[in-house]
Amino acid sequence: MEEKVINITTDEQQEYVINMGPQHPSTHGVLRLVVSLKGEIVKSVQPHIGYIHRGIEKMCESITYPQIIHLTDRMDYLSAHINNEAVCLTVEKALEVEIPDRIKVIRTIMSELTRIQSHQLWWASFGMDLGGLTCFFYGLRDREKILDIFEETCGSRMIVSYNCPGGLMYDIHPNFQKRVKEFIKYFRKILPEYDQLLSGNVIFHERSKGIGKLTLEDAVSYGITGPSGRASGFSCDVRKHEPYSAYDKIKFKEILFTEGDTYHRYIARIDEIWESMNIIEQLIDNIPEGPYAVKMKPVIKLPEGEYYQRVETARGELGVFIISDGNKSPYRVKFRSPNFVNLSVLNHIAKGFKIADLVAIGGSLDLVIPDIDR
Amino acid sequence: MDKIQLREFIKSINPDLEIKEGKQYIEVSIPPSKLYILAKELREKEETQFDFLFCLSGVDYGQDLGVVYHLRSTKFDHVVVLKTRTTDREHPQLDSVADIWKTADFHEREVFDLLGIKFTNHPDLRRLFLDSSWGFPLRKDYVDDINIVTK
Repeated sequence: MEEKVINITTDEQQEYVINMGPQHPSTHGVLRLVVSLKGEIVKSVQPHIGYIHRGIEKMCESITYPQIIHLTDRMDYLSAHINNEAVCLTVEKALEVEIPDRIKVIRTIMSELTRIQSHQLWWASFGMDLGGLTCFFYGLRDREKILDIFEETCGSRMIVSYNCPGGLMYDIHPNFQKRVKEFIKYFRKILPEYDQLLSGNVIFHERSKGIGKLTLEDAVSYGITGPSGRASGFSCDVRKHEPYSAYDKIKFKEILFTEGDTYHRYIARIDEIWESMNIIEQLIDNIPEGPYAVKMKPVIKLPEGEYYQRVETARGELGVFIISDGNKSPYRVKFRSPNFVNLSVLNHIAKGFKIADLVAIGGSLDLVIPDIDR
Repeated sequence: MDKIQLREFIKSINPDLEIKEGKQYIEVSIPPSKLYILAKELREKEETQFDFLFCLSGVDYGQDLGVVYHLRSTKFDHVVVLKTRTTDREHPQLDSVADIWKTADFHEREVFDLLGIKFTNHPDLRRLFLDSSWGFPLRKDYVDDINIVTK
């Protein structure tokens, strides 16, 4: 009888390519990863981006400075307020406008609330990426509370557009301080629950510890900022290095780890939520009296020159580079967006791990796709 | 190093350079042919150690096309801005710095995509956001009749 030999090993030895995305739940948007695999091991990851490229930088060249602010919301929609602030700070720096303390303090509180709600949504979806669906409900439940505060004061929940050059669009709602204090009191009790649910979970440890290691040297060379960079020991907190708004008056710790794996990127964000709550508590009772906006000229024209402003969004360092030729629209605007840079490291750190780990690594970088594409 | 020391130091590397005190940072204008050598020296010299390229932007200056590099040292926290420009609009070419700072890989691809500046020795120079049928939208002479509102 003739024996049929089926050679299974050849298939496993062959490298093959699969598409992950553009519509994949764990890419959190329209990001396509072309993954080369050998069996289950990732050999290389090539990100293909541009599915929602809107040309924000080009659009900025034909609109005025107050209008640009509304476009920056649409980049990193989870750090909308901080993006707005970046443009406002650039314009104010160029015009040498002195900003009253009240505005600075309110901006700082709003930024930190933005950071907390962003990390909550990240925590929710990161848990879900790794198979813990409960996280999603817990995270979104608590995030609603911050969005409600935003809605009351800004009139909008996510895409707030609360800043304008020279100050804020309108004053804070009379309930603002009370509700923020209520939220902090509530969330200080709830946050340990997050740890019980995910941070201490053995399955989660197995999935995240030692996965996707990024060394300090590579973090600096790739320019990985934000909690992802700080988990590798890269001291890159703009709030510490180049303080803006009210960050020079408050005490807070820069969260630094040295391990640089998925687990520590996770812990860095959880610790940042604690720090953000500390910052808000230092400021919320001490909002100085004063105007909520400085009167600016109806048509804002920046003097000729180049201006660069860095801020710390929930995902890292956002840089706004404006070249002005003295007109009411900028000559050139460049947004150095943190996600765009953070994405570039994915191939480097995912190599050699399993495809399931790629989901964990991608989740721990906390990518927001509109910010990558701009 | 403070601004004055940094200025003196860069001058000592290459005395022909045009160094300007900008509004925030020190700005060094450099011809494309010397860019790579200076970048490598600034990265490797003990005294400067510019290891963090935090922004790389392509700019269309009208006549010329240029690239602006924002460098920071994580050890000393000082910043320098390098500027280079090329007059060739047909086939603009600059040296890639992707082997000095790995972050330049993506940034240069973006500049290539939107401004059409080619980077020699780049490991993987492909278009990033758009496909090859597009022009280069960030150039000032780019015309899109349908989508862009002109002044």
